[in-house]
Amino acid sequence: MRRLRTRRPAPAVLFAALGDETRLALVARLAAGEAASITELTRHSRLTRQAITKHLRVLEQAGMVRCVRAGRESRFELDPRPLCEIEEYIQNVSREWDAALGRLKLFVEQ
Amino acid sequence: MIQVVTVVMQPGGGILVPDKIEKRIELKAPVARVWQALTNYREFGEWFRVALTEPFLVGATVRGNILHPGYEHVVFEAKIEKMIEEELFSWTWAHPKTMAKEHYKPDYTGEPRTLVEFRLQPTETGTLLTVTESGFDQLPDDRREQQYKGNEGGWAQQMTNIEVYLGEHA
Repeated sequence: MRRLRTRRPAPAVLFAALGDETRLALVARLAAGEAASITELTRHSRLTRQAITKHLRVLEQAGMVRCVRAGRESRFELDPRPLCEIEEYIQNVSREWDAALGRLKLFVEQ
Repeated sequence: MIQVVTVVMQPGGGILVPDKIEKRIELKAPVARVWQALTNYREFGEWFRVALTEPFLVGATVRGNILHPGYEHVVFEAKIEKMIEEELFSWTWAHPKTMAKEHYKPDYTGEPRTLVEFRLQPTETGTLLTVTESGFDQLPDDRREQQYKGNEGGWAQQMTNIEVYLGEHA
């Protein structure tokens, strides 16, 4: 049975969030595991602080990034769960196709 | 040994999440034979394990109960999109919200659907079949429950099904 989860955004939101180079780069940067501030995330980018903040909000709405307060500073960290869940779902569908095509093969080759 | 090649496509050239499944399998049977196994509803039902009662026709919606043990209450529902003789067979189908018996609802009206396409190409030894399923990005979050629970042990069950079938049709 499925675990009970907090409400999550639809994959469409997730796919839209990831369909952008800047956001993918932010995800890749945060995938290292450590939370980063907007200042740190802006340092390696040609974009402004405001632009980076906007992209982070999109990722936050898709449930992929969390904002953690550290004193006066906001730090952002990656939450990989939405990605893992959709990947798992598609892998299950994929395994069903393997099984069905295996049966088809036996069926037509007998 | 059955070899199925899986190619998982990524959205927008991204690196993280697949939105399309593609399978390729070599079948040692002529294209005409494979086409029949795919598009004759009785033959399709045999290997796909679904109890269909009506033929596949372009534009028609075909329904039947799944024959996987434990999932007999689940309805397979496909809307036939294209049938190009010995080349392309495609349909869309819904991914039900849940398959758990106590919550399952057989009405898929308004449910998001994915597109399944079978493409056939003749080869020297038979047929190259390519199957794609696309549109996973359309599925809402609560549709991600796995379709057949415990498919890890699924192969053992499939092999039993196959042995029974072959025994009956020898």
